Amino acid sequence: MAKMSYREALTETLHQEMANDENVIVMGEDVVGGTGSPGGPEAIGGVFGVTGGLYGKFGAGRVIDMPISEAGIAGTAAGAALAGKRPVAEIMFADFIGLCMDQLMNQAAKFRYMFGGKATCPMVLRTSYGAGMQAASQHSQSPHPMVTAIPGLKVAMPSTAADAKGLLTTAIRDDDPVIFFEHKTLYGLQGEVPEGDYLVPFGKARIVSEGTDCTLVATGRMVSFCEDAAKALAADGISCDIIDPRTTSPLDEDAILDSVEKTGRLIVVDETPPRCSFAADVAALAASEVFSSLKAPIKTVTGPHSPVPFAKELENAFLPSPLKIKAVIEKTVKYS
Amino acid sequence: MQLARQELEQAYRQMKTIRDFEDHLHREIAKGTIGGFTHLYGGQESIAVGVCENLKRTDYITSTHRGHGHCIAKGCDVKGMMKELYGRADGLCKGKGGSMHVADMDVGMLGANGIVGGGPPLATGAALAAKLDAEGGVALSFGGDGSCNQGPVFESMNIAAILNLPSIYVYENNRYSEHTGSSYVIASESIASRVEAFGIHTVKANGFDFFEVHEVMKELVAMAREGKGPCAVEFETTRFYGHFEGDPQNYRAPDEVKNDRENNDCIKIFRSKVTEAGLLSDEDLDKIDSEVGDLIEVAAEEAAAAPAPSIDEVTTDVYVSY
Repeated sequence: MAKMSYREALTETLHQEMANDENVIVMGEDVVGGTGSPGGPEAIGGVFGVTGGLYGKFGAGRVIDMPISEAGIAGTAAGAALAGKRPVAEIMFADFIGLCMDQLMNQAAKFRYMFGGKATCPMVLRTSYGAGMQAASQHSQSPHPMVTAIPGLKVAMPSTAADAKGLLTTAIRDDDPVIFFEHKTLYGLQGEVPEGDYLVPFGKARIVSEGTDCTLVATGRMVSFCEDAAKALAADGISCDIIDPRTTSPLDEDAILDSVEKTGRLIVVDETPPRCSFAADVAALAASEVFSSLKAPIKTVTGPHSPVPFAKELENAFLPSPLKIKAVIEKTVKYS
Repeated sequence: MQLARQELEQAYRQMKTIRDFEDHLHREIAKGTIGGFTHLYGGQESIAVGVCENLKRTDYITSTHRGHGHCIAKGCDVKGMMKELYGRADGLCKGKGGSMHVADMDVGMLGANGIVGGGPPLATGAALAAKLDAEGGVALSFGGDGSCNQGPVFESMNIAAILNLPSIYVYENNRYSEHTGSSYVIASESIASRVEAFGIHTVKANGFDFFEVHEVMKELVAMAREGKGPCAVEFETTRFYGHFEGDPQNYRAPDEVKNDRENNDCIKIFRSKVTEAGLLSDEDLDKIDSEVGDLIEVAAEEAAAAPAPSIDEVTTDVYVSY
């Protein structure tokens, strides 16, 4: 194990996988950073610093700065993947997936199916997501429910440095297209990360903590919010199962359902608006599969049905918080 | 230089207002007073002002993530903008939009834009509306060199050409597509040469010189107003600050910004031109400097003291009715 940041874990993984497999290529805006500038290549290494050092080690052929052309980047990755490469494309902010949607939903996601199982599209689309930095409506969204809803795409969203490495390694080696969400407030998060080859299987949740009174399901930054809320209730004798599915597609339904059967209570926490969301999806799963185990109504803690606002006070009000989660846990546990 | 004294003073005042507004933000962001992602326009003022001085209040513009200059030049209230940047309840967008989403429909400012290349399709639509209204209105998009590689930008110019819309596409080439050199990411010889391929009348001009910008735009805006179809311009320019505030700018040459500030500062160039020609005196200009300085200071004081939005505002304005 080595202590490193979420960002460093991602960087290390890209280095390892590029060294392991010459078909792995990296492309995106500023991923080399500085190409064609007086400072020269690698002046930046990605706006969040994830792709640092790749160009120097693997060269311009495999580490490619792209124009600001998100649809082109996504489509180029999909085409290269069809033709045998394993592209890791970066879309700087997940909001910009809006520009790539045709290449993802109509192209990459459907090749395998439309072509009768005769094609593979092993691409990874890495992207930063989430609110919390006052980046306002077009740089703060969490569009994972949108892509989770598309058959053919897999969706990973690590909440720790170790999972960042384990899930990205799996994503790159996976033969299907994977949308890989990196929470922009977590890049500096430190954690112990296994050395060498480290894979976290898709569809296998992480049991963050074990308890008896309530099940909390969350991904990304919301996992630590749940931990904080649960810790604040420990003194009152309330304990929670906290489950981080780690991939929303495939989803570890068993881990969620087993836990709800045990605790009888479920709260899903997600920072997106509530409609047709990941929270609604998990709530529906539990309601239909383990209804008789439930001791209280299933609750969700999400953003409201609105865009992400700019002002700090509004952004805080938009987002779930440990305090809001704690209040919902208390109410759910006391329900009779 | 056929501008009246009043027009010259107005142009200088606008450029200086943008410069001081951005310099103020630069200082406050470094202190942590203002949050979020901010992209400053300092260095490019001659373009926003040279363009917008040819537009009417009822004409439309769309802008970019580097939009403060366009907003001020089109007539957005500076105090309201400052409050917006501070995330205040009575900011121009109630504190909901912030730097990348400043807008004011009352002055035809259809929004800064967090999406690179987001503006040109919208300006194309506004031009369609203007054509249908048949009152001689035009719509203009500002975009950077980075935006010219987005598909929707190409699609919208083609649409404007086939529909003969009164739209104008302004490209401000500040040499960098975020942190990457624009010569690397733009395949053609210039932005102008690829726009020409749509059959759109396109010119290249020196964006450091307010007077050149103003003259070029006077001709292009007149063409669009007269129903001669869309047109475009590529201006050479520079930005004095990074892509965003906090950008270490190590992709730039060590003395690049210093050199630009010394030799390519559009405000200095304006000043020396008008004083040498005897059109305005240093005294006249200093007076404007002082008035603008006061305006920015008051705007900042008011913004700092203004109340935050009520948290109920998170869910208002999502729809007109729901």
